[in-house]
Amino acid sequence: MATKENGLPGWDPASVKEEMLRQYPPKVARKRAKQMVINQPRPDGSPEIMANVRTIPGIITMRGCTYAGCKGVIMGPTRDIVNITHGPIGCGFYSWLTRRNQTDASAPGAENYMTYSFSTDMQDKDIIFGGEKKLEQAISEAYDLFHPKAIAVFATCPVGLIGDDIHAVAARMKKQFGDCNVFAFSCEGYKGVSQSAGHHIANNQVFRHVVGNNDESKPGKFKISLLGEYNIGGDGFEIDRVLNKCGITNLATFSGNSTYDQFASAHTSDLNCVMCHRSINYVADMLETKFGVPWIKVNFIGAGATAKSLRKIAQYFDDPELTARVEEVIAEEMPAVRAALTEVKPRTQDKTAMLFVGGSRAHHYQELFKEMGMKTISAGYEFAHRDDYEGRQVIPNLTVDADSRNIEELEVEPDPQRYRARKAPEKIGELAQSGLPMKDYEGLIPDMEPGSMIIDDLNQYEAEKLVELVKPDIFCAGIKEKFSVQKMGIPLKQLHSYDSGGPYAGFKGAVNFYHEIDRLVNSKVWGYLKAPWQENPELSATYVWE
Amino acid sequence: MRKVAIYGKGGIGKSTTTQNTVAGLAEMGKKVMVVGCDPKADSTRLLLGGLAQRSVLDTLREEGEDVDLGDLRLSGFAETLCVESGGPEPGVGCAGRGIITSINMLESLGAYDDKYGLDYVFYDVLGDVVCGGFAMPIREGKAQEIYIVCSGEMMAMYAANNICKGIMKFAQSGGVRLGGLICNSRNVDNEKEMIAEFAKLLGTHMIYFVPRDNDVQRAEINRKTVIEWKPGCPQAQEYRNLAQAIDLNDMFVVPTPISQAQLESLLMDFGLLDAA
Repeated sequence: MATKENGLPGWDPASVKEEMLRQYPPKVARKRAKQMVINQPRPDGSPEIMANVRTIPGIITMRGCTYAGCKGVIMGPTRDIVNITHGPIGCGFYSWLTRRNQTDASAPGAENYMTYSFSTDMQDKDIIFGGEKKLEQAISEAYDLFHPKAIAVFATCPVGLIGDDIHAVAARMKKQFGDCNVFAFSCEGYKGVSQSAGHHIANNQVFRHVVGNNDESKPGKFKISLLGEYNIGGDGFEIDRVLNKCGITNLATFSGNSTYDQFASAHTSDLNCVMCHRSINYVADMLETKFGVPWIKVNFIGAGATAKSLRKIAQYFDDPELTARVEEVIAEEMPAVRAALTEVKPRTQDKTAMLFVGGSRAHHYQELFKEMGMKTISAGYEFAHRDDYEGRQVIPNLTVDADSRNIEELEVEPDPQRYRARKAPEKIGELAQSGLPMKDYEGLIPDMEPGSMIIDDLNQYEAEKLVELVKPDIFCAGIKEKFSVQKMGIPLKQLHSYDSGGPYAGFKGAVNFYHEIDRLVNSKVWGYLKAPWQENPELSATYVWE
Repeated sequence: MRKVAIYGKGGIGKSTTTQNTVAGLAEMGKKVMVVGCDPKADSTRLLLGGLAQRSVLDTLREEGEDVDLGDLRLSGFAETLCVESGGPEPGVGCAGRGIITSINMLESLGAYDDKYGLDYVFYDVLGDVVCGGFAMPIREGKAQEIYIVCSGEMMAMYAANNICKGIMKFAQSGGVRLGGLICNSRNVDNEKEMIAEFAKLLGTHMIYFVPRDNDVQRAEINRKTVIEWKPGCPQAQEYRNLAQAIDLNDMFVVPTPISQAQLESLLMDFGLLDAA
């Protein structure tokens, strides 16, 4: 299998792909083959990959549901909104504090409801007679207990089936309270093909009901909002530390360590910096159309990427003082990063990694591995769309299928009073000329080496097959994959929740990550473990179809 | 104990036919329980002499799980036992789920116990088979024999054919069988012959042809079955005959639903008999 031709060690992607597909029935194999791309640069751009399509029933997917994307990912990290799950208790319970999104509620009077799990706990009788009354009661109870600024309601599958009108209930309660914004999300788990639909639904409702409600802006000379950063393991804290040091004011983070007022006043910032393109680009686009705030793609994962992103922000504001300050900060932060790299790189150089996670992390984390001299030989997203793989230029050519049509597309127009173009069109053009195009994302594939393999919506079977055939030095995915991969002797780093680690963003985060990965790829602990039946096989058998 | 479900197009007269037939069986000395599976809760009105009953689901909602069978089940004409499943008001919740819950509740309360000496349980089910919940009586073997009430009107036959599809599906996994078609006459041309032929195509028989008679409406206004209201009238005898036919029925089949084209040609053939 070893071939060095493509510069990637021990790896013949074509035969690996063939081997993974071999077990599938022909129709399944045909579909999956379109979701596995061996990277070969083409003059006309990136190779095409099939993405954001339904998982074939029977396949054990890594994906989550629409409710998880809406309540868990986007709204989960908000600390002063009471998030009520309307449904049976399981959905509320299992989406409670499982993503390790941190928040800082240390300021006097700061509210924090993240430690609570709010649910209407629907019972049989609520399904039969409808759950609207119970929902109304739950909202009232939450209001009476906490007097929060906002209450959000999330629909689970049965709510959509029995047709509870959660939006009418929310509107009624909002009117009744007068001083509490109540809004709802029709994010039933079965909608869309993955959690990605939930992100879109969350974006729509936050934009419709919250953004623009508060014109009071924080003071600051260089005001940005950070979109698609969820403060897992404290990432957002580290990014804020660096931004503060540079004199950049982060008005609102969507949605790590966020507050209701941050969302409400996000339209007063002068630049939106998008981290996770997949989960939040809808809000970024709508903020631009309605309020005139442009957005750029940034990435604070990787010390080099962090420096690059800071320079992009400085370039946008085009202020000599800021540019100088950003350079000073980078110069101050980099020695510690270099020192850590000098220590770990001799041990991590040329090791191989595979990343199957999220809608941006499988891309962003390659920066960190690259800094450590490691090769990402295969990567893919769980729920991304083609633009996250191939770049935003494919958006006009995306097929709109029935699943996408199920998700509302908001029609947004410039706000007559508050729209303000932050830069003249000529200036935007100049920035693009000098290498800073607005609303641009090139995607994951162009950043990967020729001969690497990109796999969309990887599943349990393929993950095990990949590990068995290629034996990478580290596999990065989530909790569902963790133990089966480790049983095969390969360390697995969770890039959803970071296991118990983090932060990994910014400069300090990079140092944390180097040490963590060094520890994982150079400890053979999982390889040494053998189950009793692996050492002394007692029985052997084959399935009838083998 | 024979477990019987009555299906048919909405408004075809399922509840009226069921209660009148049950009255006939009860008069014959059979012990019968009627379970209304319609959120309107009007399947036992004629046997009870009014809608005085609290439904299973209402009781469950008000009293919690601590419910007595006596709270739910009332004694009606000729010692028939009457239960209404009930359900949500129109446009909210899930009535199908309600039927599942309510039948399970009846079972757990022992409504079917031997000590009641039941000869028959009748399920009077809402309209067409709309969703999983309404198919519950057939799906989980709660009912073993099905009678479909229909008339010579096209939509009634269309619904009957659809119901046969449902029965066929569940007959393969369980023991449910079609016992026959009950023709509740609407005075359509050649109705009796057409439904007899239709039944034959479905692999079953027309178990009885109930003629149209305004005594049925008169009895209904008086909140009574025809047998109770005017035992001597001809229509009362018709229902007695239907009860007799069901009691003696031994033809239980897995139906063979027909295609839309077959159904249309059947209507053409019989509709054109007179015109020709």
